[in-house]
Amino acid sequence: MTNLFASVAVIASGGAEEMPSVLSVPIDELIIGLIAFFVVFGVLGKLALPAIKKTLDERTNTIEGGIGRAEAAQAEAQQVLEEYKAQLAAAREEASAIRTQAQADRTAIIEEARNEARVAAQAVTTAAEAQLAADRAQATASLTRQVGELAVGLAGKVVGVSLTDDARVRQTVEDFINDLDQQVAR
Amino acid sequence: MSAEVVTANGGPSCHLMSGCGFPAPGAEIFQFDAVLTFDIGSLSFNITKITFLIVLVSVVLMAFFLYAFRKPKLVPRGAQNVGELGYTFIRDGIAREAMGKDGDKFVPFLFTLFFMIWLMNFVGIVPFLQIPVTSIFAIPVAFALIVYLSWVPLGIYRQGFIPFFKNMMFPPGVPAPMYVLLAPIEFISNIVVRPFTHSVRLFANMFAGHLLIASFSVATFYLISASVVGILGSVASFAVTIALTGFEVLIQALQAYIFTLLTAVYISGALKAEH
Repeated sequence: MTNLFASVAVIASGGAEEMPSVLSVPIDELIIGLIAFFVVFGVLGKLALPAIKKTLDERTNTIEGGIGRAEAAQAEAQQVLEEYKAQLAAAREEASAIRTQAQADRTAIIEEARNEARVAAQAVTTAAEAQLAADRAQATASLTRQVGELAVGLAGKVVGVSLTDDARVRQTVEDFINDLDQQVAR
Repeated sequence: MSAEVVTANGGPSCHLMSGCGFPAPGAEIFQFDAVLTFDIGSLSFNITKITFLIVLVSVVLMAFFLYAFRKPKLVPRGAQNVGELGYTFIRDGIAREAMGKDGDKFVPFLFTLFFMIWLMNFVGIVPFLQIPVTSIFAIPVAFALIVYLSWVPLGIYRQGFIPFFKNMMFPPGVPAPMYVLLAPIEFISNIVVRPFTHSVRLFANMFAGHLLIASFSVATFYLISASVVGILGSVASFAVTIALTGFEVLIQALQAYIFTLLTAVYISGALKAEH
């Protein structure tokens, strides 16, 4: 190192050495350096680097475009899914409504049928009771008359007198029957 | 003294016990004889090993990137991968880091700077070439000059002449009396000293690195002799030479990166007012 400093010192002080200082800047080396830089800069800047810049930009676009497309596809799929779900829900709701309606209809129909049956049964019962009452009344009347006639006939045979057309006899029979009825009722 | 060194250097028989002193390498290892000299006007050009290396570096650089980027594919393969690595490193690691999106248009400039400097540093450890071109002071000066003549006019063009110097010399947020002190310091550090620090930083690192490697290489050879101290010293020097060479690889890339990053920072400062 002392050698170096010595040489530099000797040369820097303008000594009679043929060797220039390491800190000297020969103009020819400077110019060659400048030319070399500008040639390389020109060639790379004009020919090599624009191509790679373009490619890198394209790649970025492609990747970003791919991501964009994937996102769009995903959004579309999501939308379709939403629509499908909505439709499914609507269909379910409709089915449920129909079921409820059917339930209600069934209940109503059964109720109606039951009412009709009840009414019909009532009518039949009423008619039967009326028929029964009529038959009974008729039978009672017929019986009353026959019993009266039998009683009168028997009394006539016993007494030997025809009481058939006598109003008084008829009244007596009536009274007797009524009395009989009352005894039965009691 | 220098003449003595030269004579001592000359002999292959100069070893530890042979009576000659340690032939320490000096400034002469950065001097090369002109193979050819020609004049253009009053200027004489010396074609030396350095000239040859500059041409070699330029040709290799252009050839590689023209080949790598000849037909760039969306899906890169081979040389394009390597080239892209370099390109994205400059774009994302330096240009955008310093200037954001504005940096994109300065990528070719920074790219050329970085790779030229790196390769010029790198030839320092390539066998037979073995001299970093950037350890020749004129070369870092040329690069620093290009950078200086880029960012100063750019700043004046972008900000205007007066605002450019005003923004540089009167950073906001400082008490007014301080400007008496600050303005001259800012001016000198930015306009006067900056190109020197920019070039000397690169030059000195490569110069010192090369000198170290050369010293230990010479020591390895010089210490070979019939003595235990000599043999051990020789082996140790050789090991140090190898280690230093590995270390140099790191320094070469780092210095190229620092030079380029500083360039990006200067340009960024010129584009808009700092602080």
